[in-house]
Amino acid sequence: MIALKVNGLYHEIDADPDTPLLYVLRDEIKLNAAKFGCGLGQCGSCTVMVDGKAVLSCVTPLLLLEGKQVTTLEGLGTIEAPAPIQRAFMEEQAAQCGYCIAGMMMRAQALLQRNSKPTDDEIRAELEPHLCRCGTHMRILRAVHRASRLMDTADASPTVHGRAQ
Amino acid sequence: MIASVIAGILIAGAIAAFALAWRPAIATIEPPAPQSFDAALVKRGRDLAAIGNCNDCHTVRGGKAFAGGFPVPTPFGTIYSSNITPDAETGIGRWSEAAFRRAMRSGVDRDGQHLYPTFPYDHFTNVTDADDQALYAYLMTRQPVHAPAHENQLSFPLDQRLVIAGWKLLFLRHGSYRPDNTQSAEWNRGAYLVEGLAHCGACHTPRNALGAERASAQFAGGDVENWHAYAINAQSPAPVPWDADALFAYLRDGWHPDHGVARGPMAQVVSNLSEVPQSDIRAIATYMAAVFGAPTADRKRRGEAVLAQAKSPAAQASQVDAAGASIYAATCATCHEAGRPLPYGGVNLALSTAISSPDPRNAANIVLSGVRPVEGERSPIMPGFASSMNDGQISALLNYLRARFSNQPAWTGVEKTVEDARRTQTVFLLTSPGPRDAPADATQRDKP
Repeated sequence: MIALKVNGLYHEIDADPDTPLLYVLRDEIKLNAAKFGCGLGQCGSCTVMVDGKAVLSCVTPLLLLEGKQVTTLEGLGTIEAPAPIQRAFMEEQAAQCGYCIAGMMMRAQALLQRNSKPTDDEIRAELEPHLCRCGTHMRILRAVHRASRLMDTADASPTVHGRAQ
Repeated sequence: MIASVIAGILIAGAIAAFALAWRPAIATIEPPAPQSFDAALVKRGRDLAAIGNCNDCHTVRGGKAFAGGFPVPTPFGTIYSSNITPDAETGIGRWSEAAFRRAMRSGVDRDGQHLYPTFPYDHFTNVTDADDQALYAYLMTRQPVHAPAHENQLSFPLDQRLVIAGWKLLFLRHGSYRPDNTQSAEWNRGAYLVEGLAHCGACHTPRNALGAERASAQFAGGDVENWHAYAINAQSPAPVPWDADALFAYLRDGWHPDHGVARGPMAQVVSNLSEVPQSDIRAIATYMAAVFGAPTADRKRRGEAVLAQAKSPAAQASQVDAAGASIYAATCATCHEAGRPLPYGGVNLALSTAISSPDPRNAANIVLSGVRPVEGERSPIMPGFASSMNDGQISALLNYLRARFSNQPAWTGVEKTVEDARRTQTVFLLTSPGPRDAPADATQRDKP
């Protein structure tokens, strides 16, 4: 059994240490925000945060995660009380098919946590590893800027887990 | 202490050279119209500029081509590349061909100021008048970009350009390239390019305390931009010895099945070379194969053994780092031992020069940053592990890879190397302003 801390809660996982984090999140803990895209760490749809940094969960085996904290999109906010990054993506209608969006939001969140006012160029450079086939890139850019503004306002404090850990 | 000794030597050299140091300005010209240059000459200049890798130093990542401003870290401070677009105010738009030629040959700008040898005129001095003419034609027909020079970050007295005259007196040899009539025309063409415009030694030859290439250790390996440029002579650490055919394929395609993929600063070099006439790449390969030298029988046998090992499941090393072995098996082996051919599969690490190199720096860089896809091309890929592995995990992994996949003694100071690599990797990421060709105002386009 391996102890894994996800969104502030410990889970006892019965899996081989070489199991990719993504499989554990989706199959064992039933957190389905992170998506399987390429399985090679090349599309970004499986991105989650580990200790506040964006990580490609499909190429991250459990054995690398001892003592580290995993945050998924579910850890940022809920449907009733979305986090600023989630509100911003909704308000900008930044998702079309939505498959890439959870990963995009997680890397954007990691960026905003270390740089609360990123420039357009910084957002582009940061999100470069993420592929979006629908072509909503311009809306995604606007959504990240909006999230940056939302995080400045009082009512946008994070709701559940993840941000302030 | 060393710095002050160096400074003393340079000052002494500069004073001695004072009489010789002064260079006159060359008169400005009206920027010539692009149409005034012959198209065939411009095309030849384009190929030569690619061989010279000019865009690499003279373009900021994500910035306008040839507009300069790229910071080159040196042991003496940071030197910024200059704007070599034909902009009249901030570039070389008012430079005559004679002024351009003087810069290439002697490292002196149009005003008569000495240029720092980060601009490798110790190699470019070998470039012929005809090739300088073509390079000039190519650069003068690029898009002018208004981009004022960055102030270099050098301390006194190195910020005084007069000291460069002393450096040149010691290290700049005009006409050092001489054709060798006992060799083939192809060899000579390769030698001319390698020793001149391609300036391979600028990275691959170690430098002395004054920053000049050590003639006695030509191509013995150097350090550049936080990467190790491997020895490319008889001391090459490549597990399989290089030959002319392998060099040709690697320089043209950017990878070779027995050697792996070019990355780090070499990635830009091979990207540029992919566009030049194959005869020139063949010539470079022929000359460099001679520089590597024919492998000894023993070296050849070891190379064949490594190739055989890479094709069959490798035996475990006797002294295995257990943590490193688990990380390799779970994280790396799925690509690096999948048997999928290069460039899209991972190279079997028994063939990797990075693992057999005396310096773990390149291996650390690659584990941290991965291999980014090349924009608009089918290219090799590897995700970086900077965010998912801590320094201890990467060190354990590297120690394991060294023990299992090389015949070399264990590296020392791996953890320190990984720390350094992580720090400079962060700097690199911060200096990349963004993907190339991004529109200036991104939010304009999809408004209804």
